[in-house]
Amino acid sequence: MSNIEFITNQLNEAFTKYNADYIEAHLEESESSHIIYRGKKLESIGRTTIIGGNVRALVKGGWGFVSFNEYDNLTDKVELAVKQARLVGKTESRLAELEPIIDTIPANIDKNPVTIPLSDKKQLLDEYNNIIWHTPKLQTSTIGYGDSHKKTIFLNSSGSHISQERIDITLRLAAVATEGNEIQQVGISLGSSNDFDSIRGLHPQVEQMSQHAVELLSSPQVKGGEYTVVLDPVLAGVFVHEAFGHLSESDFIYENDRMREIMVLGKKFGSNDLNIIDGAAVPQLRGSYKYDDEGVPATKTHLIREGKLVGRLHSRETAAIMNEKPTGNARAINYRYPPIVRMTNTYIEPKTTTFEEMISDINEGIYAKNWYGGMTSMEMFTFSAGEAYMIRNGKLAEALRPVVLTGNVFTTLNNIDAIGNDLEMNQGGGCGKGAQSPLPVSNGSPHIRIRQCLIGGK
Amino acid sequence: MEELLDQAKKIAEEAEVFMVSSEATPIQFEANRLKSIQNKRSTSIALRIIRQGKIGYATTTDLNNKQNLVSNAMETAEFGMPAKFKLPSTNSYPNIEIYDHATASLSLEKMIELGESIITQVRNHTSDIMCEADVTKSIISTRIINSNGGQASYQKSIFSLGIEGTLIHDTDMLFVGEDKSSCHPILEPNAITESVLQQLELAKNKASIPSKSLPVVFTPNGVASALLSPLMTAFNGKTVIEGASPIGNKLNQQVFDEKLWLWDDSTIAYRPRSQPCDDEGIPSQRTPLITQGNITSFLYDLQTAALANTQSTGNGGRSGGLPSPSPNAFIINPNSTTFNEMVKDIKEGLIIEQLMGANQGNILGGDFSGNVLLGYKIENGEIIGRIKDTMVSGNIYQVLKKITAIGNENKWVGDLLNAPHIYCPNLSVASK
Repeated sequence: MSNIEFITNQLNEAFTKYNADYIEAHLEESESSHIIYRGKKLESIGRTTIIGGNVRALVKGGWGFVSFNEYDNLTDKVELAVKQARLVGKTESRLAELEPIIDTIPANIDKNPVTIPLSDKKQLLDEYNNIIWHTPKLQTSTIGYGDSHKKTIFLNSSGSHISQERIDITLRLAAVATEGNEIQQVGISLGSSNDFDSIRGLHPQVEQMSQHAVELLSSPQVKGGEYTVVLDPVLAGVFVHEAFGHLSESDFIYENDRMREIMVLGKKFGSNDLNIIDGAAVPQLRGSYKYDDEGVPATKTHLIREGKLVGRLHSRETAAIMNEKPTGNARAINYRYPPIVRMTNTYIEPKTTTFEEMISDINEGIYAKNWYGGMTSMEMFTFSAGEAYMIRNGKLAEALRPVVLTGNVFTTLNNIDAIGNDLEMNQGGGCGKGAQSPLPVSNGSPHIRIRQCLIGGK
Repeated sequence: MEELLDQAKKIAEEAEVFMVSSEATPIQFEANRLKSIQNKRSTSIALRIIRQGKIGYATTTDLNNKQNLVSNAMETAEFGMPAKFKLPSTNSYPNIEIYDHATASLSLEKMIELGESIITQVRNHTSDIMCEADVTKSIISTRIINSNGGQASYQKSIFSLGIEGTLIHDTDMLFVGEDKSSCHPILEPNAITESVLQQLELAKNKASIPSKSLPVVFTPNGVASALLSPLMTAFNGKTVIEGASPIGNKLNQQVFDEKLWLWDDSTIAYRPRSQPCDDEGIPSQRTPLITQGNITSFLYDLQTAALANTQSTGNGGRSGGLPSPSPNAFIINPNSTTFNEMVKDIKEGLIIEQLMGANQGNILGGDFSGNVLLGYKIENGEIIGRIKDTMVSGNIYQVLKKITAIGNENKWVGDLLNAPHIYCPNLSVASK
C-alpha cells in the first residue's frame, strides 16, 4: 500500500481531533481474477484491482460510516463519520473491552493464486469442461472460477494497527442435461483459503456430476410430506448453518427482549449427543482468520454443548450489551460495508454412528446429498439437496429429483436422532446476510439423521 | 476516460470505457430506533477491448492506475471469447426521466423523520413489534465511450424506503414488511404502512392446511418470490442459445395461458431500473416477451444477439464483469379480476405472499419449491388466517399454462417486477 505511514498518521491525528467514543478505519487493496465458461466456450475472463476504505465512528450509541475509493482528504472522512454518528447517538456507547493490538499477518504469498498464469488456470478448467462434454445428453454447462488476494489495514482510536492478508479461491461447476421437455442440472462447489491445488484433480467428481445430471432426467420426483431423512456431511453442514447458525448471531438478539428469552443460555435444543461449534480460530478453512474486522482475536465458540445452548456469536457491541465475551465474529464483506455479526467455520461435532447403521432401520426415507442453497428466517429454514435417493428397507434405492427440505429450528434440532463419525468440512459455501454476500465461510458435519423432516414434492 | 480510450485504441481494434460513480446515503433503523447513517462513495472504471478479434476485460476502482487496466485487458484478451459484434456508434438516446433533484437535496433530518414515522405507525397498530427500517437516497452517474464514436452519459437518482417487522410470541415468529423505490423522494409513506398493517391483520389468526393439491392466489410479492427467477432465466438470451431454456425453441408459440402478457421495460419514467441506454450504449426499449401467452422475444446484449443472429434488446447489464443479458424491469399486464373476487371464488385454498427459498431447485426447468413464510388460508371465500409449517411446490410451465384469473391492479415489488395478483387452479401443498 502506497504511503501507508503517511495515511496512518493522518488517520491517527484525525481520530484524536474529532471527539467520538470510538473511531476505526479499514483500508483495503485487492487483486482478483475470474474465468467463466458457459457451454463449451470460455465466456468471460477478467482481472480486477480494487482500492478502497472506510471510516466508522460511534457517538452515544449511534454509528456513522463513510466509504470511499481514494485516500485523499481522509481527515474530512473522519469528520463526516463523526458528524453522522452524532446525529444518530442519543443514549450511551457500549463496546466490549479490547486491548490495543499491533500485528501483521502475512498470507502465504508463495501460493498466491492470482499470480498463477491465466493459461494454467484455463487449462485445468478446459480439462473439467471436456469431461462434462463427453457425457451423452449433456446440453450445457457452467464453470465459474474466481480468486482474490486481499490486503487490509485496520486502525482504531484505541491504538490498534493490524495488517492482514487473505487469499480466497472458489470453483463452481454445473452440468445441465436435457431430453425432450425435461431439463435437469447438478452442480458442485469448492473453495480454499490457501491452496490452488485443492481444486486440481477433481476429474472423477466432475464425471460423476455430469452422469448424475443425465440420470435425473429419468428420475421420479418425491411425493411431498414428512420423512426420516439422512443428510450427507455437505448438506448437514448447510443445515447447521441455516437452521442454527444464523439464530446464534447476536445482532438478531441483543436488542430484542423476546429473542433473548427464546435464546436464553442453558436452553435445551437437541439430544445430549449434539455439539455445535463456530470459530475462525479453527485453522486453514475459508472462514478462518486471526482478527475479525473490529480487530478482535478469533475464537472457537461452542454454540451448543450436549444439546444445550451455551454460547453465541458477537461483535464488540452485542457482547457489551449482552454482558458476554466478544467472540471475534464481526465481519464485513468488503470496505463498502460496516462489520456485522457473521459465522466463520460452523460444524456439528462427530459422534460414533456409521452411515450403514444410520440407514439400516429406515423402512422408507430419503438420503439427501450435496447442496444447492439454503435460507433462514430464524424460526423457519429451508435448504435444498443437489442429489437425493430413496431409502427402502434399510438400503439406498432409486435416485430422486433434487429435494427441498424445510423445518422449524426449535423442533428440528430435537429430531436429530443419530450423529455420524465422519466429519467433513465443505469450503464451497458463501453466506449472505443483508446486502453482504457472498462472505467466505465453511461449514460441516458428519452424516446425521433427522426424523419427521418436511419435504416439498408433487 | 478519453485518455484511457486512446491508450486502449493503440493496442486493440475496438475499445470501450465504462465508468460509474455513485454516492449513496443509507439511514438504518434497528430495534425501532435510529441506528446508523452511512455515506458511500464509489467510482469504478471498466475497460473492454477487442484485440485480434477477441474480448479482453479489466476493471478497477484505482483511478490513478489506468495503465494497469490496459495491460490486464490485453492479458485476458489472449484467452477471451471471439467478439461477434461491433461496438455501437450511437450517441443520441430517448429522453427518459430518471433524475429528480428533490431526491439529491433531501435532508438527512427529513429522511430520519420518514423512517421514524413508518415505524411509529406500525407500532401504533401492534405495540410489541420490532422494526427495522431503511431509508436510502443515491445519485448515480454513468458514462460510456467507445472507439466507434458511441457515447452516452446520464445521471439517475434513486430513493428507497422499506420496513421489516418481526412479531414474536413464544417461539412463533411472524415477519411482515414492505418497501418502495422511485427516482422521486417518497414523502408519503402511507402505502407502505397500510400494506404492513394489512399483513398484520390477516396474520392475526392461525389456520391449518391439509397436504394436497389446492387453488392458490399469488400476491404481487408472491409472484416475485416464486415465479420471477425461473421466468428471468428462461428469457435470458444466453440460456436460449445454449439450448437450456424450456422456451428457447418456442418463439411465436403458445406456452402460457392467453391471459398472460409480459414485458421487459427500461423506459418507464422515474423508475430506478429505467435509463436512456443499457450498459453497452444500446437505446432502451420496451420488449414484449409474452403476448397472449405466446413467446415473442428473448433478452439480448450485443454478443448474445450476434450469436443468435438477431439484435440487442438493450439488455446488456453489468454486475462487476462483462455485459450479459439482464432483465431491466418485468411488467405483467393486469386483467379484470379483483383480489376479492378471487378469494370469493375459492372454497379451500391459499394466498401466497412470501415463499422462502423457492428458487433453490431446478430453476432452469421452471421448478419452484419453498416454505410459506407469509401466506393465508382461504375457506369458503374468506381469508381465515395465517398458515405455517407448509411447503408448496410447482413448475411455472404448468402453473402459468392454465391461469384462472389475473388481477386488475398492479404493484411494484422491488425494482424488478410490476405485477398483479395471479390466481392458479392448483398447486401441490405439503404441511405438518
